[in-house]
Amino acid sequence: MQGLEVRGLTKRFGGLTVSEDIDFDLVPGDRKALIGPNGAGKSTFSNLVTGILRPSAGTIRFDGMDIGRLSEAQRVKRGIAKTFQITTLFRDLTVRENLALTILERQGRGYQMLRRAGRHADTGAEVAALIDQFKLEALADTRVADLAYGQQRLVELAMTLALKPRVLILDEPAAGVPSSETHLIIDAIEALPPELAVLIIEHDMDLVFRVARQIIVLVQGRILTEGTPQEIATNAQVRELYLGGHGHD
Amino acid sequence: MNTTMKSWLPPLALLALAVVLYFALPYNLAFLTRILIMAVLVLSLDLVLGFAGIATLGQAAFYGAGAYAAGLFAIHVWADPVAGLLVAGLAGAALAFVSGLIVLRTHGLTLIMLTIAVASICHEIANKARDVTGGADGLRGIRMEPVLGLWQFDFIGKTGFWYALTVLAVVFVLLTLIARSPFGLSLRGIHESPERMTAIGVSVYWRRVTAYTLGGGIAGLAGALSAQVTQLVSLESFSFTLSAEALIMLILGGTGRLYGAVLGTLVFMWVHHWAAANDPFNWLFVIGGLVLAVVFFLPRGIIAIPTALKRLGGRHAGT
Repeated sequence: MQGLEVRGLTKRFGGLTVSEDIDFDLVPGDRKALIGPNGAGKSTFSNLVTGILRPSAGTIRFDGMDIGRLSEAQRVKRGIAKTFQITTLFRDLTVRENLALTILERQGRGYQMLRRAGRHADTGAEVAALIDQFKLEALADTRVADLAYGQQRLVELAMTLALKPRVLILDEPAAGVPSSETHLIIDAIEALPPELAVLIIEHDMDLVFRVARQIIVLVQGRILTEGTPQEIATNAQVRELYLGGHGHD
Repeated sequence: MNTTMKSWLPPLALLALAVVLYFALPYNLAFLTRILIMAVLVLSLDLVLGFAGIATLGQAAFYGAGAYAAGLFAIHVWADPVAGLLVAGLAGAALAFVSGLIVLRTHGLTLIMLTIAVASICHEIANKARDVTGGADGLRGIRMEPVLGLWQFDFIGKTGFWYALTVLAVVFVLLTLIARSPFGLSLRGIHESPERMTAIGVSVYWRRVTAYTLGGGIAGLAGALSAQVTQLVSLESFSFTLSAEALIMLILGGTGRLYGAVLGTLVFMWVHHWAAANDPFNWLFVIGGLVLAVVFFLPRGIIAIPTALKRLGGRHAGT
């Protein structure tokens, strides 16, 4: 099977079960969202898939191959990339350097020691294309630390795409972004390559309902229900459990 | 092209300064040579600490390994200086690689403690293995052949000076190339955010082991220079003091810029020399005061003085 195939995924910390028997598929072209109240186990699930945590039970397959024992970095090399809940970039490097570093590593040039990083024409062309795609021309030679938070979010997304992933996990892409800039994030997500398999973990319901085609509701480490945005919005159980507090904002 | 030339300006100025000092102080060549050798060690520390962000207080382990390797190689195998230099570099790198495999699994204080432990263990081994190393008496009887078969080490230390200066220049150029390479960029990335490096598919551990190994090799070169020029290796080459002083010189000059390492070494050794000559009892106060002043007023080191002055000037112009 193409894409991610998670079966019976369980994670226990001592006596506490934070993920329980989760079955989950993510195939090319998917736009799925994972929602749920605080402490539902969304981050744990993302960490299990990306390899930060090891599952207590269950399997994670990618393109039919068991990746449960691979390290985080190895999974990235296979094509599973993520963005962080809190933007994590090379703050002292410029936007261009952030992107170049990412691309050089993907190209397997990270151990070259005597050739100038900037001398690789193909890397430079790819950096330029990404800068163009994300409309970052004016900021290309600015240190990332000097950018507004929403712009940093875009740089992070550009960097993650520079890895040419096949599975993309966006961990709260709109967190911390002022609402006036949220549309930038939504536009960028809508412009993602159609064949990419995308999982969004998000609190912002506007964003979820705009970009997700399938929504999975996680409660206390278990999947409560799964469906299209319409189905989730009208699901009585979900409204009561999760959306109740936010429904009339 | 312009920026390339600009970035070579500080090191070229330092090179010119070395040549000037050679002619200005013809009877202090031993002292000048010691500065050059220390600069190689501090450069190795800049690679490890300044670029890769590995906090270490045990860089002397590789310096000592290089010094003993060069000394023993000269005595038992071949007294050719350049061959000895290579052997010492390999010895330093090998020790850094093996110890790095273990210590680089840790971070922060644990890492610092382990690096100190590695140097202490080396110190104790060299102390106990009297038959091989000469123990506390030091390794004696090193007689070097001429450099490249042409230049005999002389009494005044002319050959030693040019030899050490050449090695320093080669190391400097090598590290400058590395700093601009994809590998160098990845070390800056690790320094900035190991989490992000992992998220772009890099095994941070192996990258750090590689940097540590390279740094160990260069520290080994410094040790070899010391062994070959002074024709003596003492237990001091594994000492904690040496690691700590190298760290102070690096912080004094400024990390991550290479010429900062050289400048810091020069200033530290000079003040040390001058203060110890003027007041043999209280000279440590001067060193302490200097370090305090730099850390408080120039946290980025001496190399930040121009920027600091510019900012000061700018503030006055603005008011």
